[in-house]
Amino acid sequence: MIHLADVNYFEPWWAQIIKSLVIFGVVFAILPLLTIYERKLLGRFQGRYGPNRVGPFGLMQPLAEIVKFATKENFRPTTSIGFLYRLAPMLAILCAISALALIPWGDVNDIFGTRFGLYGIDVSIGPLYVFALAGISFYGIMLGGWASGSKYSFLGAMRGAAQLISYEVSQGLALVGVLITSQTLSLTGIVHAQRGMWYIVPQLAGFLIFLTASFAETNRAPFDLVEADAELVAGYFTEYGGTGFVAYLFSEYVNMMVVSGIATTVFLGGWMLPGNPHIPGWVDPFIVGAKMMLFMTLFIWVRATLPRLRYDQLMSFGWKVLLPLATLNLLVTAIVVVA
Amino acid sequence: MPYDPSADVIEVIRHPAPSRAAGAYRVFGETLRGLKTTFARVVEGPHTIQYPEEKTPVYPRWRGRHRLHRFEDSDPAHPGLEKCVGCSLCAAACPADCIRVVAAENTPENRISAGERYAAVYEINLSRCIFCGYCEVACPFDAITMGHDYELSDYTRSDLIFTKEMLLAEPIERTPLRTEGE
Repeated sequence: MIHLADVNYFEPWWAQIIKSLVIFGVVFAILPLLTIYERKLLGRFQGRYGPNRVGPFGLMQPLAEIVKFATKENFRPTTSIGFLYRLAPMLAILCAISALALIPWGDVNDIFGTRFGLYGIDVSIGPLYVFALAGISFYGIMLGGWASGSKYSFLGAMRGAAQLISYEVSQGLALVGVLITSQTLSLTGIVHAQRGMWYIVPQLAGFLIFLTASFAETNRAPFDLVEADAELVAGYFTEYGGTGFVAYLFSEYVNMMVVSGIATTVFLGGWMLPGNPHIPGWVDPFIVGAKMMLFMTLFIWVRATLPRLRYDQLMSFGWKVLLPLATLNLLVTAIVVVA
Repeated sequence: MPYDPSADVIEVIRHPAPSRAAGAYRVFGETLRGLKTTFARVVEGPHTIQYPEEKTPVYPRWRGRHRLHRFEDSDPAHPGLEKCVGCSLCAAACPADCIRVVAAENTPENRISAGERYAAVYEINLSRCIFCGYCEVACPFDAITMGHDYELSDYTRSDLIFTKEMLLAEPIERTPLRTEGE
């Protein structure tokens, strides 16, 4: 058997099943709340209320929408390729959820006498795993756009492919600076290495580069050319309705959560608070959640502010500005660490 | 003094095109400025009027649904009589042709209006009305005026034909009136 990676701490098999179910359940309970949060906040940024009719403060809106999507007819265009057309959204959401397993919500804690690591799994290849899954999730977009058999979808998928490949490079390079500083690839290890100082301070340039590239990686405004609702209708998922559409929508939000989680872990000190006060272990996930929420808010804020880039601007920015900057950041970090 | 064209020339000061670094810096600065602008909207709060619950107040001269009027019950000359005498001037003035008046003679036993005749039928088809207010201007007795009601939707066209009784009835004040200076 090929040895793929070391696992730092792991629980008995039943605990791992419970853990995965809890993470899955909690994330999928948060997702609809995230959609309503985004819509309400976008409204506030535009001087309006956002949805507030369904249920108290409009909080039942996502429920109503899920029911609407779930009860829609499952049709597909005659030009589409059936098997791939159904497979693509599944692939997209599967990759997004798998990446969630890596986010450390907390340290190893004693819960009811058993030691639980408050994360899906702590491997010695953390960021690589996330980037590998991001690489596969790109097939979800590609296949979805191509198998739909529509020009709009195909154009959207093509744009998406070029964009994701371009920005993945800068995103990865921005993280390498941190990895050099922390000398570890385990995400919990990176959090522990930030006990003295969060990496946002020494790696500010890397943080900004990572953040910018993350906007492109998650197809969020101002880099949402993949969807580009005004030009391409909705890009690669134009032809999807009902559950397929929801899968793509949710995978986008899960990707947002994953990116926020990685940024929290790598740059904002994960579950630590400034000054390292002594707090019980069960608070950790809430701290991580709050920090992730900060990133989500930033994502939404930027969406409300910046207009979509033109395609050549996107490409020249990615290759001519972001990539040299990331390389320079990496170079400087390497020199500082070695010297 | 002879005209010197060079005196009228206005020097346009053009700054040199920003360099790469300055351009990047400017983009960064402008992005932050944009973020500030949008955040100011959050602080400012929403401007939405929650319509069915919260209504925009109308001005006193707002031209809403018509009303027909009676004399006051305390009026010494014509207590409680209708002001409309069925002259059809409103119908003649109406550009949308939405008013129908059929006049009838008042009799000493059955006295309805102050004049010789009264409107036996007075109908306004509100689905045709353009709310121009010409009827109000044309009326010699101020019998018809434009009210403040603007919530005029219904499920059938025929329900939008308002009869004399409906127009005479005291309106349910569903729209708030704007106070002076508001």
